[in-house]
Amino acid sequence: MIEVEQLSKSYGPREAIRNLSFQIEKGEVVGFLGPNGAGKSTTMNILSCIMPASSGSVKICGFDVFEQTLEIRKLIGYLPETPPLYSDMVVSDYLTFAARLRNVPSGKAQSAVEQAVEKCSLQDVSNRIIGRLSKGYQQRVGIAQALVHDPDILILDEPTIGLDPIQIIEIRKLIQDLASSHTIILSSHILPEITQICKRVIIISDGEIAAVDSLESLTTRLHKGERLILKVRQNDSDIIEKLRALNQVNTVVEQETGQFTIDCEPGSNIQETVAKLALDNNWGIVELKQASMTLEDIFLKLTLEEKEVTQ
Amino acid sequence: MKNVWIVAKRDLGSFFNSPVFYCVTTVFLILYGFIFFNILNYFSFQSFQSHQLRGANIGLNLNEMVIEPSFQNMAVILLLIIPLITMRSFSEEKKSKTFALLLSSPIHLEEIILGKFLACMIVTGLMILLSGYSTGYLIFAGQPETGPILTGYLGILLMTGCYVAMGLFASSLTDNQIIAAVISFGLALFMWVIGWGAQSAGPVLGQVFEYLSLITHLEHFLKGLIDSSDLVYYFSFILFGLFLTQRVLESSRWR
Repeated sequence: MIEVEQLSKSYGPREAIRNLSFQIEKGEVVGFLGPNGAGKSTTMNILSCIMPASSGSVKICGFDVFEQTLEIRKLIGYLPETPPLYSDMVVSDYLTFAARLRNVPSGKAQSAVEQAVEKCSLQDVSNRIIGRLSKGYQQRVGIAQALVHDPDILILDEPTIGLDPIQIIEIRKLIQDLASSHTIILSSHILPEITQICKRVIIISDGEIAAVDSLESLTTRLHKGERLILKVRQNDSDIIEKLRALNQVNTVVEQETGQFTIDCEPGSNIQETVAKLALDNNWGIVELKQASMTLEDIFLKLTLEEKEVTQ
Repeated sequence: MKNVWIVAKRDLGSFFNSPVFYCVTTVFLILYGFIFFNILNYFSFQSFQSHQLRGANIGLNLNEMVIEPSFQNMAVILLLIIPLITMRSFSEEKKSKTFALLLSSPIHLEEIILGKFLACMIVTGLMILLSGYSTGYLIFAGQPETGPILTGYLGILLMTGCYVAMGLFASSLTDNQIIAAVISFGLALFMWVIGWGAQSAGPVLGQVFEYLSLITHLEHFLKGLIDSSDLVYYFSFILFGLFLTQRVLESSRWR
């Protein structure tokens, strides 16, 4: 549905993104992940035809972003980083305006607005002035504006930025509800958000793609080896030595008293051996678990690796 | 065309919701009313005097002595206040990031510009309409020629179009409303007085200056003359202003 090839954009001498290439299928929920200033917003601005790229091509539903912008804009609902809200307008008027701008015929605008209001739970505030709403409601009006014309593709740039935790949960839930009927691209620098909402992640760092993959395969791909965490009550000095002596164990680190991180070969499945060893030596085993890498680790690892390569 | 109206309608709503419009209109009406009253007062004093000196039946020309100077003064007041109407058009959209909504919608940049132009024209047109009580009163109380009044309004409207086009151009340059107002005020005033340079410039350049001046073309309309060269001047002025606006906005997308 969306094909991006060799996309680059520079602001004067500064390159915001370099040679981005990725594809997004219909119905996918894709997360753009990257630190601030990585080029997420630039990419999204190009996808939504707000600014042209310096080079490269983007095809959305077969239309070229450069040549057939009007066709693409009909297919897209876009929430920029700062929601484009006219603070002096009433919510329902604003949404009607947005619907009419996106070619919703005037007869259907009313019902389109009502649907968007319902989807974003804005019923209580639909007659209020946007400037007087709380940040969370404003953000929701921003999302409502993006989906009022029922577009195939939703592009949401940091939809949960600046919200309180409860509002964040609500917006996430809203996006998850929308995921069933739309292709969604959202960006964030908050990792748990991406883990919860997206099936696939595109990690951008310094204007280049560091990784494109599904969450699971990203996790496994970066699982260079497995990691166990062992907690024991005893505090013998020879525990480390004994653990290191085990087959397939690469490193053992004592993180705090009685807690060890054991890195071993991939697929070695040595939990049993470790447990047996602990029991035989009467270490007083408290906990033994497999540590999975969080997206945070992956993110850091990828962006750091990237830096090492470029330096 | 439909899209132009959608954009214009929103802008109009925002005009009528904001105190700026009411403030500007009030100032305009008070200033114009004061000037009109004084011109009319002077006229009635003069006609009273001539009546006493030379006897009855020598009517002074109402068109020449009241309506024409009123229009001229209106043109000056509009020059001062239209920048305040146009300054927000693009500056505010840029500042509050709402321009992204328009740019990501399936609508041409030209339609956005025309919509904003239309909205500003309607607002200023409304102000001029409200000041129409003056000519209305003259028609009611005296016997002015209606022809020059109508062409006068046409001239004022075309001139307003030029001011608005310059204002939109200035507004497209910056996201700061004050700067936009200052630039468009400066531009408008410069185009107003450019004819003054005609004497000091050479014969050819002088004529060019004379032709470029906004005021020389208004004179004909106030006298009741619709000259095609004036129409061409005003329309090309407006189109050029809107064209520059389009270029500025288009190029700012690339930066």
